[in-house]
Amino acid sequence: MLVLEKNALSEEIESLVNQFGKERSALLQILQAIQRKHKHISDFAQQEVARMMEIHPVEVNSVVSFYSFLCTQPKGRNIVRLCQTISCDMAGKEKVEETVQRELGIKFGQTTKDKRITLEFTNCLGMCDQGPAMLVNEKVYTKLDPETAINILNEIK
Amino acid sequence: MELEKIKKKMRSGPVLFSEYKLGEGVKKALQLGRENILFELKDSGLKGRGGAGFPTATKWMLSGASLSDKKFIVCNADEGEPGTFKDRVLLLEYPELVFEGMIIGGYTIGAKEGILYLRGEYEYILKSLEDFLEMLRKDKLLGNNILGNENFSFNITIRLGSGAYVCGEETALIESLEGYRGEPRNRPPYPVNTGYLGHPTVVNNVETLASVPHIILKGGEWFKKHGTDKSTGSKLFSVSGDCDKPGVYELPWGTSIAELLKVVEAKNTKAVQVGGASGICLPKSQFNRVLGYEDAATGGSIIVFNESRNMLKVLKNFMEFFVEESCGQCTPCRIGNIKLLEAIEKIENNDFTFSYINNLKELGRTMQLASKCGLGQSSPNSFISILENFKDEIFGLNGKGKNNG
Repeated sequence: MLVLEKNALSEEIESLVNQFGKERSALLQILQAIQRKHKHISDFAQQEVARMMEIHPVEVNSVVSFYSFLCTQPKGRNIVRLCQTISCDMAGKEKVEETVQRELGIKFGQTTKDKRITLEFTNCLGMCDQGPAMLVNEKVYTKLDPETAINILNEIK
Repeated sequence: MELEKIKKKMRSGPVLFSEYKLGEGVKKALQLGRENILFELKDSGLKGRGGAGFPTATKWMLSGASLSDKKFIVCNADEGEPGTFKDRVLLLEYPELVFEGMIIGGYTIGAKEGILYLRGEYEYILKSLEDFLEMLRKDKLLGNNILGNENFSFNITIRLGSGAYVCGEETALIESLEGYRGEPRNRPPYPVNTGYLGHPTVVNNVETLASVPHIILKGGEWFKKHGTDKSTGSKLFSVSGDCDKPGVYELPWGTSIAELLKVVEAKNTKAVQVGGASGICLPKSQFNRVLGYEDAATGGSIIVFNESRNMLKVLKNFMEFFVEESCGQCTPCRIGNIKLLEAIEKIENNDFTFSYINNLKELGRTMQLASKCGLGQSSPNSFISILENFKDEIFGLNGKGKNNG
């Protein structure tokens, strides 16, 4: 990481801490904001959060590692999460899964080379009556079939 | 297909989906006063709709009686149980009921702040909820001196989760709000005494809170007319799986499973999972059982399986879910779920003995007793009920061969 980038990230975290406050209860919100923008929370970001909130970096890491929507390694610009829970599974999740993997040339858990898309599984999205369902970042898509899923993925930048 | 634009569908039901005009519940509550609100609530027999079924009036009374200058009402919108999506419908289509329930709760227990904990997966609902809160503020239903009442100010903030099923457990939810890992706490102390930041806190399910304005408006007596003696009122059932009309239905408690299956037009049904992955799986012979706290209890999740489904595969999906979602804090749940999943894999590979399976059922019963929170206490339910109710299919004891389908 370049010094300039580091400085920019520090400034950004500082403004987040100012916005949400220094209390411990603000930690998750701060981490969510970093995750939303950078698609991961780097070691450096965690250390800076810890420093500004005056807690041990391990405390920050323990929170990041607990929540499945937070991560420490960079991911693609778009995170696609396909629901793997029973109702979506019965509604045809497997076919969507196979087609999407073939189309993008990656497996679930991986990121495309151009960093455009990360594929992940997720547990119940609460769309069981309209499965199979997936989230693209925070947007939800339902009643997928292989064709519509591919069309949606091809449209995201 | 993108999620349909937020609009009120034509829904109807005895309580939650009946007619309601914005603000009426809060207005009536302020006229009634705290004592009368608690009386109506107690009279109604309303119990927690998340699944555990704790009497709501008792919860409110306990926290109301706690001496503290700061109290909180938390709405648990961390709907993560597989097959449950009623809260999504309430938050999208009936936010007034949920928020007014929180405001009435705040007034009753003496809280000035409410927090809605929205699961991360529902972030797309956030914007509409915040807009709605803004509207409530303009209408003087939220903020300082609500409806001109000088002694009552209340505000609501929305906080997002980040993809952790266990945060639906109330103490884990509080840990998460406080900025920690979502690991359940020992109880007691209960949140009604020592909750968010150590202050008395009421944590209620979305549906529980949404029932409150109707009860306040029409009375506990009216609410009791629906449902059974032990399960009063109605319930939202989220129905998915093998049926022609999946969706959210409001039906009175005491409806039998067979009746529900008729409503959703399910055909060739082999099994029904009541209560999501942490619930129980019922075979055809038990479809006469009724939905209610006294018989087949559920937070609303109903998953229908037809004759073509392989129940072992269903069970494996559930156990994979629990292995992923166990917070890992206590041993029975962390290790136990992995052992149960291993057993399913062994059954799949025909590499098991019956004494081994019986040992694991025993382990499941130990987990039900020894786990720290509801997750580990209920995760063996589906393991035990599916292996017992569908043993012919799974172990091939009826001569059809194993794992058919």
